[in-house]
Amino acid sequence: MAELVFFTELVGLRVYDLRGRRIGRVADAALVPLIDASRLDRYLVGGGWAWLTVRYDQIRSISLDGIQLQDERLTPYHDDEYMLRIGRDLLDQQIIDVDGRKVVRVNDVTFEIRREGGAEVLRVLEVDVGLRSILRRLLQGVLPPRWIRRLQRPIAPNSIRWEHCNIVEPDPLRRLRLNISYSMLEKLHPADLADIVEELGPEERESIFESIDSEVAADTLSEVDPKMQASILESLEAEKAAEIVEEMAPDEAADALAELEEETSREILEEMDAEPKAEVRELLDFPEDSAGGLMNTEYVALHENATVADAVDALKGNEELLESLSTLFLIDADGVLKGAVPLGKLFVAPASAALRELAAPTLIAVRAGDRRDRVMEIFDKYNLLNLPVVDEEGRLAGVITADDVISVLRQD
Amino acid sequence: MLKRIRHQIAVFFTVIGPGFITAMVDNDAGGIFTYSQAGARFGYLSLWTLIPIAVLLVVTQEMNARMGAVTGKGLSDLIREEFGLRITFLVMVLLVLTNFTNVMANFAGVAGSLELFSVPRPVSVPLAALLVWLLVVKGTYRSVEKIFLGACVFYVSYVISALLIEPDWEQALASSVQPVVMLDPAYITLLIGMVGTSIAPWMQFYLQAAVVEKGISEREYAESRIEVIVGCVTMVVIAFFIIVACAGAIWSHGPRDIEDAAQAAQALRPFGRYAFLLFSAGLFNASMFAASILPLSTAYSVCEGLGFEAGVNKGFREAPIFYWLYTLLIVLGAGVILIPGFPLVRMILLSQVLNGVLLPLVLIFMVLLVNKRELMGRWVNSRAQNAVAWLAVVILIGLTLALVGITLRDMTG
Repeated sequence: MAELVFFTELVGLRVYDLRGRRIGRVADAALVPLIDASRLDRYLVGGGWAWLTVRYDQIRSISLDGIQLQDERLTPYHDDEYMLRIGRDLLDQQIIDVDGRKVVRVNDVTFEIRREGGAEVLRVLEVDVGLRSILRRLLQGVLPPRWIRRLQRPIAPNSIRWEHCNIVEPDPLRRLRLNISYSMLEKLHPADLADIVEELGPEERESIFESIDSEVAADTLSEVDPKMQASILESLEAEKAAEIVEEMAPDEAADALAELEEETSREILEEMDAEPKAEVRELLDFPEDSAGGLMNTEYVALHENATVADAVDALKGNEELLESLSTLFLIDADGVLKGAVPLGKLFVAPASAALRELAAPTLIAVRAGDRRDRVMEIFDKYNLLNLPVVDEEGRLAGVITADDVISVLRQD
Repeated sequence: MLKRIRHQIAVFFTVIGPGFITAMVDNDAGGIFTYSQAGARFGYLSLWTLIPIAVLLVVTQEMNARMGAVTGKGLSDLIREEFGLRITFLVMVLLVLTNFTNVMANFAGVAGSLELFSVPRPVSVPLAALLVWLLVVKGTYRSVEKIFLGACVFYVSYVISALLIEPDWEQALASSVQPVVMLDPAYITLLIGMVGTSIAPWMQFYLQAAVVEKGISEREYAESRIEVIVGCVTMVVIAFFIIVACAGAIWSHGPRDIEDAAQAAQALRPFGRYAFLLFSAGLFNASMFAASILPLSTAYSVCEGLGFEAGVNKGFREAPIFYWLYTLLIVLGAGVILIPGFPLVRMILLSQVLNGVLLPLVLIFMVLLVNKRELMGRWVNSRAQNAVAWLAVVILIGLTLALVGITLRDMTG
């Protein structure tokens, strides 16, 4: 097994020149992520009253007894924007544990000592959280490192592999310079990502929504607490906000926009494409506590004379809806709701069967103006997964799904 | 214009909670005792301190609410990020110790108030502890906050009981605006004690965390600030009625010292059943309220600062340290009340001393943090705000250290 060293041990380590004279002690160390994501590139050594920079290839060996140099032409330290300093920028800050899907606070960093090209280099192995690393931090400089190692042994380690760590940096320029990307976050489940962003500060939140893919951002935003949704949308540029809102389900988009100040919401709507804008506008007209305010306009409706084969064809054109679709609606030429067909029935019916024959015996629907309480009541009474909403003339206007109902119940 | 005002009111109700709850919990068993003592011993004389207390409270609490709204982070988070782990650890150890003694004091308050209704300690204290524990373990943030806001309403009992006693209102109002300083050591001690008990370190942590947890952002900050101010004013109004009630009931018949808040309630008996009942019920409510919030707030702050999972919405398995700390504070805090001959008074005095060490630290950190532009952006303190904040900090530190001095003298003497 390769030898490990903790950042708490690295700090304070003595640095010796070629003739074994002590130059100073390590004060901090930095990665240059654009060059290498895990190799410590520079060691900042405090000696006298100025800091010196030691490059990784100037080091011959590293151990708890000290750092031996093989090249002693050192330069004075000057700050540069491409450095991620462990002590200054990472320790005590919050980062995202992509694997554990949570926000953690960095207590310490574990490095691996490796021999590369005639020099010993340190590579970041893990970021340490939990009690064990707290103990190290508290005792750092008080007891010799070897004693601390013995003391910490009974405590179980709690660390996150460096590959799974995502640093959050609000400044976009610095993000580029430090080679930080949020692409790992895009692979998380939106609900998990929503929990994560809820724990971060507003600036960090904004930076994530600003830079991740609009579709992921939309799914994530839908899962965030409504009040926070509003403040996130408000913090974004109207153009970016519009891109995200376009990707949201129309009912959720309308709910989010309804929470905003009128002016901001208008600005965002103006930036949106015509089609989603029209849908969202329509939904915004319904009072929030009515059936119309709850419903969304993503549904599949077919003519009442259609067959199973027609239905399958229609579904082929609406693949993005399939994930949550459970019912097909039948309408007449005027758009009046005539029936509802549970999707499962399509599997067991012949292709030529008329959908009308498969429709549920009683058609349950509410009017767009009906109160929210009534919607809840009907959902409960008939054990529904979804409920069609019709306008004054009985035309299908939208559908309320069980997840909308659950959100409402959770809010009360 | 009308629409604008209506909007403001609507927003006000969505941000109500943090500032109000913090200010009301400040009138806990210890606070009620101090105010009762003020009224019993010195009548209306000390009432004038309430206005400066309100100002000091608003100045400090406003900074917390602002930091919470702007940074979206709790105070212990910020201390950790800006001052490192060691300082955070020190602050957290002190916070746990002071809050622990506060929890004990409040379970003692529960025991004392229920003894007035002849419920014996071995029954009341474990039941109260269990109730408090369940509240958080089984509750969600929303439901817990609703219960807490409900508890705030019960402070009205002090207003009613003061009205029943029919004290000298004219004198009470006059004393409220007329500062009286006497070189009587007992009086000076009392004044310092009143300020000392009204501004405690846990409040800064609780308020900021609650603002964050409630998701209050910059754009609702104006309403949130109003909420903080309303909360602080309500708190001193309640304190006013407690002092006035005890002045009317005890001092006007012969000034004397009382030993605990329950004794003050006893003294109200001659003024009718209701005055007594309301005062005792108020004490019970306040003690329970504080006994629920203090362990919760402590566990939150510690876990936040040291980076452990925390939260009412997480399970025992997800946030073990949070729940253990919370449970231990309640079990031990309630447990020691049941030990006969436990030196409770000494422990409370000790907590005053710890408080005196912690509060200056916390206040100085707060003013430093609120002035960091990279954290607060355009919300940093203005020059005038800084002048007021530092003045408040210096006054508070001075008074707290004076209280420590007095306490140490009493403990050794």
